[in-house]
Amino acid sequence: MITVPCPWCGERNSMEFRAVGESKKRPDVNTASPEEWRTYLYTKTNLADWVTETWYHRAGCRRYLAIERHTVTNVIRVSRKPAAQVRLDESRGQK
Amino acid sequence: MDKSVNINATPTSTRPGKSTAKYPTKYSAFSLIRHGITKNDWPRAWRQHELKKSYDVVIVGAGIHGLATAYYLATNYGITNVAILDKGYVGGGGSGRNTSIVRSNYLTPEGVRFYDRSVHLYQDLSADLNFNIMFSQMGHLTLAHNDSSLRTMRWRAEVNKIEGIDSEVIGPDEIKKIVPYMDTSDRTRYPILGALFHPPGGTVRHDAVNWGYARGADLRGCEIHQNTEVLSINTSGDEVTGVNTSRGLISTKIVVNCTAGWASLINAMVGLKMPLVTHPLQAAVTEPVKKFLNAVVVSGSLHVYVSQTDRGELVFGASTDPYASYSMRGSLEFTEELAGHVLELMPSISKMRVLRQWAGLCDMTPDFSPIMGFTPVKGFVVDVGWGTYGFKAGPVSGEAMAQLIATQKVPQIISTFDFARFTEGRLVGEKGAAAVGH
Ligand SMILES: Cc1cc2nc3c(=O)[nH]c(=O)nc-3n(C[C@H](O)[C@H](O)[C@H](O)COP(=O)(O)OP(=O)(O)OC[C@H]3O[C@@H](n4cnc5c(N)ncnc54)[C@H](O)[C@@H]3O)c2cc1C
Ligand SMILES: [Zn+2]
Repeated sequence: MITVPCPWCGERNSMEFRAVGESKKRPDVNTASPEEWRTYLYTKTNLADWVTETWYHRAGCRRYLAIERHTVTNVIRVSRKPAAQVRLDESRGQK
Repeated sequence: MDKSVNINATPTSTRPGKSTAKYPTKYSAFSLIRHGITKNDWPRAWRQHELKKSYDVVIVGAGIHGLATAYYLATNYGITNVAILDKGYVGGGGSGRNTSIVRSNYLTPEGVRFYDRSVHLYQDLSADLNFNIMFSQMGHLTLAHNDSSLRTMRWRAEVNKIEGIDSEVIGPDEIKKIVPYMDTSDRTRYPILGALFHPPGGTVRHDAVNWGYARGADLRGCEIHQNTEVLSINTSGDEVTGVNTSRGLISTKIVVNCTAGWASLINAMVGLKMPLVTHPLQAAVTEPVKKFLNAVVVSGSLHVYVSQTDRGELVFGASTDPYASYSMRGSLEFTEELAGHVLELMPSISKMRVLRQWAGLCDMTPDFSPIMGFTPVKGFVVDVGWGTYGFKAGPVSGEAMAQLIATQKVPQIISTFDFARFTEGRLVGEKGAAAVGH
């Protein structure tokens, strides 16, 4: 079993989460060609190394989080709020 | 060393996949008795070699896909200057860890035709390889616990019938006749509404298939190199020129990626990225009991499947672990959930004990179909994306990949499984038939 530290709830069983997948930059919906969009949708790096991923705390706070995990050992070294949340917090003057 | 190993295969066969090569029948009732009496050691099934400086074809991965590709290259096309490299041992990947379900009742016509060819090759394989692969066509049941899965099964049955596959939807009474120990009452949490019944489906002995292909490829002159890891692939321009291994450099013009769960790492060596995510898949086996289960039983809704081996053990499997990983460790969550679901189906086996559990790596694609064929890098061909269903596809894939390499043309039977389908928006859509029932 691996536990996942949620930035809001703390250390929780991984079964409470949904692993959304590796984080990547979404192309601009207005300018992306179908080919670019499909590459974004389907193509994966699938590293055997440290990866940055999005997880969703489905059976908990129901919020998205970003984690850095090693896919060979499953060790998680960083868990943080996703970039969009950080931007939102900053725009609201929260830290 | 046995002299018989130098026999060259005839270049083409009359029927694809049917070996016409005559190699000495090493395994027979007679040889068994002889060895029993003399107590001589059996000769090794395949040889060990020094690594040569160059090969016509280098296959990465000595699982069923790599071994079958080599076997059919040699058998059907007489191409024998072939090296199969594995960082571990023959069948150390998914090919030695799977639950060996073989069936062809898929959902898409191209899928059905493809897997049906494999079932036919499996039927002749013991004779072709002179190795008993113990293909037992006990029948395969996929249970439906709700209306939508019953609808998908009717759809599958119709597609199957059009393609000439024995496949039909049956009701709880008929299920009860095939598997008397199943709880088909309506008092369960997820009552069984019906099942897709596929009589030709069943199981093989996976080790025997791997070893049989390895021995067959070796006898025809291909070289199997275990403990030989591919570290990088050399290219010049957009062309493959060689492979760097833990035992030295090899030059070659053709590299075949048959590494399933590790496929993305080999692809990355030539700068390719594909829609592959590696997920562990676990399985478990119980202590042996007298034969009572006469079909493979799969329940997609309960995420579980079960079959009984000829030795009497129950083999259980489920869906993949829920996150990407290259770790092959089992987990308690898996056994816990599995036991709960199995007992919903067959409450009477609650006293049986699990002997062991294990995991293997599966390279999942978004449309539950493989990626086979040429790539933008000349000489780099792939046979990957085998997910949780690739063992049954070993024979047909080996045959098709051999044809592709020998003729440099994509065989019809794999033409919809090309890499370009993802960017061109032609996904195959096999999820309805491949998600849990491997
Ligand atoms: C628990 C489980 C149950 C399954 N059940 C079924 C089933 O019932 N029916 C079915 O059809 N399929 C099933 N599968 C899927 C099936 O096992 C695989 O799809 C299939 O075995 C893949 O075969 P392969 O030859 O492509 O790869 P593998 O057998 O995985 O072989 C890949 C090989 O590549 C080698 N390799 C990796 N990297 C390198 C490198 N850098 N250099 C050299 N060698 C390398 C590895 O050591 C390995 O031996 C199951 C899988 C698992 C894990
Ligand atoms: Zn949380």
